[in-house]
Amino acid sequence: MSHLYDKPQIRLSGDRAILVEYGDAIDPAVNEKVRAVTALLKRGLPEGVEAVIPAYRNLAILYDPLVTSPAEILSLLTGLESRLHEIEIPKPRVVEIPVLYGGEHGPDIGVVAEHNGLSVEEVIAIHAGTVYPIYMIGFTPGFCYLGGLDRRIHTPRRKTPRTLLPGGSVGIAEAQTGMYPVDSPGGWQIIGRTPLRLFAPERENPFLYEPGDRIRFVPVTAAEYERIRGKEGA
Amino acid sequence: MDAFRVIFPGSLTTVQDRGRFRFLDRGVPPSGALDPFAYRVANLLAGNTGGAAVLEITVIGPVLEVLCDAADIALAGADMELTVNRQAVPAWRTLRVHRGDLVRVGRAKSGCRGYLAVTGGIDVPVVMGSRSTCLKAGIGGVGGRMLRKGDILRRLEGEPLRHPRVLPPERIPLYRAEIVLRAVPGPQEEAFGKGLGMFFDAPYDITPEADRMGYRLQGPPVHHVEGVPQSIISEPTVPGNVQLPADGRPIILLVEQTTGGYTKIATVISPDIPKIAQAIPGNRVRFREVTLEEAHRIVREEALEMRELEALLTAGR
Repeated sequence: MSHLYDKPQIRLSGDRAILVEYGDAIDPAVNEKVRAVTALLKRGLPEGVEAVIPAYRNLAILYDPLVTSPAEILSLLTGLESRLHEIEIPKPRVVEIPVLYGGEHGPDIGVVAEHNGLSVEEVIAIHAGTVYPIYMIGFTPGFCYLGGLDRRIHTPRRKTPRTLLPGGSVGIAEAQTGMYPVDSPGGWQIIGRTPLRLFAPERENPFLYEPGDRIRFVPVTAAEYERIRGKEGA
Repeated sequence: MDAFRVIFPGSLTTVQDRGRFRFLDRGVPPSGALDPFAYRVANLLAGNTGGAAVLEITVIGPVLEVLCDAADIALAGADMELTVNRQAVPAWRTLRVHRGDLVRVGRAKSGCRGYLAVTGGIDVPVVMGSRSTCLKAGIGGVGGRMLRKGDILRRLEGEPLRHPRVLPPERIPLYRAEIVLRAVPGPQEEAFGKGLGMFFDAPYDITPEADRMGYRLQGPPVHHVEGVPQSIISEPTVPGNVQLPADGRPIILLVEQTTGGYTKIATVISPDIPKIAQAIPGNRVRFREVTLEEAHRIVREEALEMRELEALLTAGR
């Protein structure tokens, strides 16, 4: 059963933005449509379009009402849609994120294992054995909403959130997995940490990924963790 | 060059410019001056063009010692006491200051946020395309934080004006305790059925939970249609979105967030954002429904008025 709408639904978000919605569920096919339309729009932003922000099942188009209008943007979108099948959308990039699982950097990995009747090694193999689509980035700079966490390692949040999770922490909460790019409080079960700096504001490109990319977690040893960390200057 | 030494920082003073728009899709909020009108006028009065950075002052202002030979400053926005060397001086006009002068911005008598511009603009590093402070991410402005006692603020090069500029008094906004915010229904107005009409009828009070992230309101709760889910799949938000969580109390989202997972009943039009920026807890808000066409007509009128104002202030008098 497809969750894709026959025609995108347009919603007004004030006088400077519209939301273009392609479906009513968190669904790979719906998000693939969002990714394709975003990629096409970003090839050359139409005049008056200030930003395109993709999410799970819709994208926001921010525009300057002195230059363009939702009607103009819509007719442009319709044109894009009709050519969608003949335009090649680049395959999603897979970004590898090295993770040191368990130990002091992943204090809750035992909880995840126990909750699911698995060994710690099995949890690592399952978590690192999936390629996760980035459906949306929000909440804090670089915080990814990832899809596709294997049911076998779904785990409830911690009863008491931690007041400080170090940046780079990788965790699980219910059916979600993700990374905390910067130090923040949080209730996720923390299973590891990446030595990469996920948000480096001083860099020309402060982020390693964008919505639509895929994330693959790659287990590393403590020695590799330290080596990468040293290179990152963290 | 050095411009000011911060003798007293005020209650919450940050560096802001037009905002940071390059990474909205990576969760980096737009930030920027919450009252774009006062921000632009302050810059015009200080002789700046484009997106110069200013100080955004919240409720209680700073005390600054001038560290450069001569510069122009201007205060716009909230009606705050302003003195130079203990002499009361007017806001909404160019003021010449000199090395050693003490500029004191007092408490807001009406309004909430004042904008202090200086010749050339405040010089802090450009981070991801903007000088604006984002406290949540700890970036921009002075080390990603609010001003502290002892900070030295630099400014960019710029010539003081030959003639002072004055905003015509009839153009100075009045900040009232009751405001009307024009809003376009959506993006999820259908989730509320008859609640939409209630929302546009009801008076709301601004609660103490009001900052650059959002303003939380108190008033008759507006509920979702029976059976409609109260949260939605998270999606991008924009400043002005009025979010209604399960408790039925609206939150006007502002410039320090990019996504949200609650239904949004309506969106305050961009020309009315300055009214929110200048509102304080206890003030009363009413929402008035406008169509998108009306909203865009208002945007065009305001743009025209702004161009006329710019021409008036910059006319080489």
